[in-house]
Amino acid sequence: MAYRYQVGVQQYLFADLKTVMAKASPARSGDFLAGVAAETYVERMAARMCLAAIPLKQFLQEPLIAYEADEVTRLIIDTHDAQAFAEISHLTVADFRDWLLQDSTDTATLQRVAKGITPEMAAAVSKLMRNQDLILVAKKCSVVTAFRNTIGLDGRLSVRLQPNHPTDDARGIAASILDGLLYGAGDAVIGINPATDNLTALMDLYYLVDEVINQYAIPTQSCILTHVTNQIQLIEKGTPIDLVFQSVAGTEKTNTSFGINLAILREAHDAAQSLKRGTVGQNVMYFETGQGSALSANANFGVDQQTCEARAYAVARHFSPLLTNTVVGFIGPEYLYDGKQIIRAGLEDHFCGKLLGLPIGCDVCYTNHAEADQDDMDTLMTLLGVAGITFIMGIPGADDIMLNYQTTSFHDALYLRKSLQLQPAPEFEAWLKRMLIMDTHGVVQPITAAHALLQNKPRQLMNVS
Amino acid sequence: MPPTSKPPNDCVDSKQAQDVSHASEASLVHADPWAQLKSFTKARIALGRVGSSLPTQEVLDFSLSHALARDAVHLALDVDTLTAGIRAIGGIDVLQVHSRAPDRASYLLRPDWGRQLDEASVDVLKQAKLPSAVDLLIVVGDGLSSLATQSHAIPLLKAIYQQAPHTWQMPQVVVASQARVALADDIAETLGARMVAMLIGERPGLSSPDSLGIYLTMHPKRGCSDADRNCISNVRPDGLSYEAAAHKLLWLAKEAQRLNLSGVGLKDESDVLSIQADATPRISPPAMT
Repeated sequence: MAYRYQVGVQQYLFADLKTVMAKASPARSGDFLAGVAAETYVERMAARMCLAAIPLKQFLQEPLIAYEADEVTRLIIDTHDAQAFAEISHLTVADFRDWLLQDSTDTATLQRVAKGITPEMAAAVSKLMRNQDLILVAKKCSVVTAFRNTIGLDGRLSVRLQPNHPTDDARGIAASILDGLLYGAGDAVIGINPATDNLTALMDLYYLVDEVINQYAIPTQSCILTHVTNQIQLIEKGTPIDLVFQSVAGTEKTNTSFGINLAILREAHDAAQSLKRGTVGQNVMYFETGQGSALSANANFGVDQQTCEARAYAVARHFSPLLTNTVVGFIGPEYLYDGKQIIRAGLEDHFCGKLLGLPIGCDVCYTNHAEADQDDMDTLMTLLGVAGITFIMGIPGADDIMLNYQTTSFHDALYLRKSLQLQPAPEFEAWLKRMLIMDTHGVVQPITAAHALLQNKPRQLMNVS
Repeated sequence: MPPTSKPPNDCVDSKQAQDVSHASEASLVHADPWAQLKSFTKARIALGRVGSSLPTQEVLDFSLSHALARDAVHLALDVDTLTAGIRAIGGIDVLQVHSRAPDRASYLLRPDWGRQLDEASVDVLKQAKLPSAVDLLIVVGDGLSSLATQSHAIPLLKAIYQQAPHTWQMPQVVVASQARVALADDIAETLGARMVAMLIGERPGLSSPDSLGIYLTMHPKRGCSDADRNCISNVRPDGLSYEAAAHKLLWLAKEAQRLNLSGVGLKDESDVLSIQADATPRISPPAMT
């Protein structure tokens, strides 16, 4: 269906709903690269005003990618909860923003309607929202998940400890894990991006992290970020796998380029659940996403990159993950050019994820060819902290020597917890206090050489004085 | 805007300047007592803390690393110096070309432009085309790190030419500015080469701003994909040495010639030699291609 909007004497025509969405999007390089962005500032506002007047119901009538052609569309339509939607079904996109910002629209209300909101509705309303709106509404959402600890409670901020090493050296990885634990990081997950995809070498990594978790009785979970099919094979071989990881995207064709589909994710999810390794919960999936993945696979079908990203959250939420991570600045400046675009995208992703009911965290990051630096990361992590982000990354000194990009450091996470008075997951907080890494007031302490973790290092580091 | 050329530093009398390179940190920093673990990893562990924040020296060290990486991306490749250096190897005709991306900003925003030659370059190559086909054409491109190309292209080229079979026709080297990997396809097709190897600056990491990559393609033509190439990564003194990289490339090139293909169908089994230090990151961003 075509749409039209009049601004003064100029009439703007949009071929269909996805075109209205794309042209209404805040400017970003990836949408220009795709050729879907508004060509002028006024055209962008015309599209936004046009979008504002569209009823939410229209998104159920007019899929942006055809139902017949895409299993993600089918998942969105087939799992849509009409009863949950009833409460907001009379609203336009503009009304929806106004409704979300009402004081009477509280945490319970948002949880009640989450399954009635499609990714396209979330993406559409985000395009009418300023950064402060994205923060305020996300802050009202509550998504709590659990495995060996409880993630997402109010007043909490969890951290993924990311001890990557370019050759998967066991000592190098163990050293970074120890560094992170002594800085109070690791409650979201201890998650390694491996250099190898050799199954035997991957198995060694699972045993390494599992040993450390057992040695110190840490209430947390491990994950090795290899392809989901490797993880299914390793589960069959009896490997101690806590969380199953996979990158997911918002179109079937993109997921095909990743070598996955919904059936494979279902198989992996069921395999991980069969291990019953969780103690306080059984959310077993860890997903990563990021704006631009669909276009880089030539699989965006004229849909803007932020809407494609929101559709990935429909895939993620279908498998009740422990964690979902939007890796916001990794992909490069042809998708998100500078700090401003990265910050906006991070806030949009967090808002859409939370609104849809996902335990979403953010890899607040950038590459060296993007127009961004640590100051931009400070800004984004602070804004996300205010918005109630579920978790961020923690890596030694913010420098990932394996993936060659900069993310947030252990020090960064402590800054955020200190400045916003946030605590780790409660089980992990109790562990940090028991290990004398955190004092009774919840402040992480400097460590002396006599500390128990240094006196009794992980096996890989024992031959070091 | 980032700088596009090196800043002048010749208006200060160095004899009058105070050397502050040994400025020391006072004892306000709480050092982490596991610094000995740094021998196991180049990750920035045991940085110490002031409160729970980074010590000043670490903030500065990080920012210096970032500055090196930024300059690697943004400082232009010195094409003339590079060309002179390649000619000095002897017996090589050097051709200079430019992609359709006119400057760095458009190069970063339009990866597709970096994969196509501009019109003037097409003419240059058409005039330089030789009557008989070239066996292996080497293209040297700036990619995302001109620092890598400027630092390592010439010694790597020397190693390649020393190790290449004497029967192979390799009379030309092309130097390409604002180049992506796939620009080599356009160049090789225009020149009529059976095989092309692109030596190109990789996306700079904070700890490796000068990493050079090599991409080998058999039967190169416009439209070839990553699946058609073999990649050798992390060529630099702290990574894969010039000699080892040249050995790997020529092993692959000979196999590509024997099998009449490159890419996923050609497995790298050259590893009788030991590869030093850091392996390569597996995930390369779309920007590299």
